Amino acid sequence: MADSSIARIGGTAIVVRGNDIDTDRILPARFLRAVTFEGIERHLFEDERRAMAARGEMHPFDDAARSHARVLIVNANFGCGSSREHAPQAIRRVGIQAVVGESFAEIFFTNSITIGLPCVTAAPADVEQLMAVAEASAGASFTVDLVARRILVDSSPKPEASSLSVEIGLPETARSALISGLWDATGQLLDRYDEVERFAAKLPYLRWGSDPGLTPV
Amino acid sequence: MAATLFQKVWDLHAVRRLPNGQTQLYVGLHLVHEVTSPQAFDELRERGWRMRAPERTFATIDHIVPTRSQVRPFADGMAETMTSALERNCREHGIRLFDLASGAQGIVHVIGPELGLTQPGLTITCGDSHTSTHGAFDALAFGIGTSQVRDVLASQSLAMSPPKVRRIEVNGRLAPHVYAKDVILTIIGRLGVKAGAGFAYEYAGDTIDRMSMDERMTICNMSIEGGARAGYVNPDETTFAYLRGRRFAPQGDAFDRACDWWRSIASDPDAVWDDVVKLDAAGIAPTVTWGINPGQSVPIDLPLPDPESVPDPDRAGMHEAFEFMGLRPGHLMTGTRIDVAFIGSCTNARLSDLREAARVVSGHRVSPHVRALVVPGSQAVRAAAEREGLDDVFRSAGFDWRDAGCSMCLGMNPDKLEGREVCASSSNRNFKGRQGSPTGRTLLMSPAMVAAAAVAGEVVDVRSWTSPDNG
Repeated sequence: MADSSIARIGGTAIVVRGNDIDTDRILPARFLRAVTFEGIERHLFEDERRAMAARGEMHPFDDAARSHARVLIVNANFGCGSSREHAPQAIRRVGIQAVVGESFAEIFFTNSITIGLPCVTAAPADVEQLMAVAEASAGASFTVDLVARRILVDSSPKPEASSLSVEIGLPETARSALISGLWDATGQLLDRYDEVERFAAKLPYLRWGSDPGLTPV
Repeated sequence: MAATLFQKVWDLHAVRRLPNGQTQLYVGLHLVHEVTSPQAFDELRERGWRMRAPERTFATIDHIVPTRSQVRPFADGMAETMTSALERNCREHGIRLFDLASGAQGIVHVIGPELGLTQPGLTITCGDSHTSTHGAFDALAFGIGTSQVRDVLASQSLAMSPPKVRRIEVNGRLAPHVYAKDVILTIIGRLGVKAGAGFAYEYAGDTIDRMSMDERMTICNMSIEGGARAGYVNPDETTFAYLRGRRFAPQGDAFDRACDWWRSIASDPDAVWDDVVKLDAAGIAPTVTWGINPGQSVPIDLPLPDPESVPDPDRAGMHEAFEFMGLRPGHLMTGTRIDVAFIGSCTNARLSDLREAARVVSGHRVSPHVRALVVPGSQAVRAAAEREGLDDVFRSAGFDWRDAGCSMCLGMNPDKLEGREVCASSSNRNFKGRQGSPTGRTLLMSPAMVAAAAVAGEVVDVRSWTSPDNG
C-alpha cells in the first residue's frame, strides 16, 4: 500500500442535516474570489452559520465540541450545483477526512475522491441512526472502514455497552483508488502519454486539415 | 451493434483502462476561465509539468469580470488579480485567450458554440458545471473541478467511469410564450434534482427536433440542475446549419466530410437506453421556481404545492424553502412583488433570448421599484443585439444595458442582490445566497417572463399579459 493509501478514517463526527445542500451553501461564490485555496475553510457554510447565529442557534461547525470532528454525516444529494472544488477543499481543510451520506451529487463526489476525501453512502435509516448517535454524543468514536465496507461506532466509555456497525457503499473504482493510494489520477494519466498521442492521432476531428483550432497559437 | 451517441463518443475517446479501474478519456476541447483554474496552473508549475496539447485549450474571462465598466485595471482589485493570473497562465502555456480586447469574450458556454469550437462528437470539459450546455451540439460535455482541470491541462485526458443514459423524449407543440426554459424546468420538476446522478440525459422527440440551437443549449445547460453531469441532443441539419462558416468549424470540403461523420455518431434508432422518460410538450405552461432548488417550480397558473402532500423525505426541504422565500402553500406565484429583474447567464443570454425579452418590453417602462439589467452572454451577442437596436429597446424601457459576463447569476462581481430582495431571473440556480446576498431570493423563469415581471413589478403570466407588440 502506498503512503497515500486511505483505508480507515477514525474520529468523532459532525452532523449537517438536510437534503440537496448545494455547493453555494457549502461555500458561497463570493469566497471564490481568490487565486489559491488557502484559508478557504474559514468560509465553510459561512452564510448558514451567520443566519443560525442571528436566530440564536448554533451551526454544528460553530460547536467547539465538534471542532476536531473527522467524519461529516449528511443526508441526500449533498454537494449539488456548482462544480466548485472549493467546497470539498474547505471541508477537508477544516479537518474532515470522510463524508457519510445517503447520496452525493456527482461532480462533488468526483472532486472529493480526486483530493482524497472519501464520500461513502449508507441507507437512509442507517444515516439517521448515525446522525442520532453523533448528535447525542460529541465524543462518540466513528471508524469509516473502506476495506471492510462498514462504519463502526463506539458511543460509550464502555465499548461493550453500545456499538453500532453500518454497511457503507462506495463505487469499486473509487474504493480501490483510495485504498491503493491511486486517487490522485494525474500520474496515471501521464504514465503512458505516448499512447494518448497515438490515440489522438486517430480522432477524425483532429484530421480535418482546415480546422484552425488545431493550429498552435 | 446499435449504440447511443453517448456510447459512440465515449468509446471513441477511451484511451485505456487505468490501474484504478477507471477509463482514461481523451478530452477533445478544454475550456478555461479565471475562477476555477489558477490553483490548477499553480499545481502544474509546482509539479514541473507542461501542457501536452495547449492548442486544444481555450480561455476567456467571465465569472468575476465587471459588467458596468470593463476598463483595465478594473476597479475591483480581485477581479484584476484573477484576470491577470489567467493572462499570465495563458501566455506561459501558449493557450489562446479570448480577452476583452478580442471582441470574442463572453460566458465560456456562450462563446464556445459561437466560435464553432464546440462541435459534434467531441469530449468537452471545463471547470464549470454548466459545461453540459455544449451537449446541444452532440458533444459529450461535462463540468469538472479544479484538480481535474489540472489533469486535463497536464494530460489532455481524465479518469472517469461511464454514466448510464436516460432518454428524455419531448413530443408535441409548445404553446405560445412557452420556451425551452419552461421545458427544462418542467423536466427537472418532474424528475427531481437528484434523478440525474449517474446519468447522461439524451434529449429527443419532435419538440426538441424543432428547437433552434439556442433553445437546445438552454435545455442541455440545466441538465446539471437535474443532477445529470451531461446532457445532449443528437446531430441534425439544425446543428450543421448553425456551425457552417463559424470561425473554428471545419471549412470547405472538410465541413462536408465532418457532417458525414457527425451524422454517423447519432444514436441508432434501435439503441438501448438505460431509461426512457416521455413528456407532452403541449401541456407545459410558463414555469417559475418558488423554492431554493431548481426542482421546486410550478406552472404559473397553478397554486404552490402543499408540503404535507409530498413524501416525507422532501417535506422538510419544502418547509425550509417556503420559510426562506416568504411564500405560502396554495397561493399563486402571480402577483409576487419583485425588486430586481436579471436577464443574463449561460442559460438565457443569447441573441434569441434578448429578442424575446425585447419584444415584451418594447414600448413599456420598467416598474419604478424594479432594478432591471440585461447582461448579454458575450461581446458578439451584445454587438449583434446592438445592430438590431435591442439595446435601445431595453435602455428606453429603463433596463441597464451591460457588458458580457456571468454577472448576477452567481454574484461574484458587483452585480448582486441586496438583503432579502426578490429577483426574477433568467439564470439557472435559485439556491440560497446564489445571487450574492445570503438572504436574497431568486425566481427562475424564461427571459420573456422576466421582461414581463420587470414591467409589471410583479410576477405575471406572460400569456395573459399583453404589450402592443405581442397583442
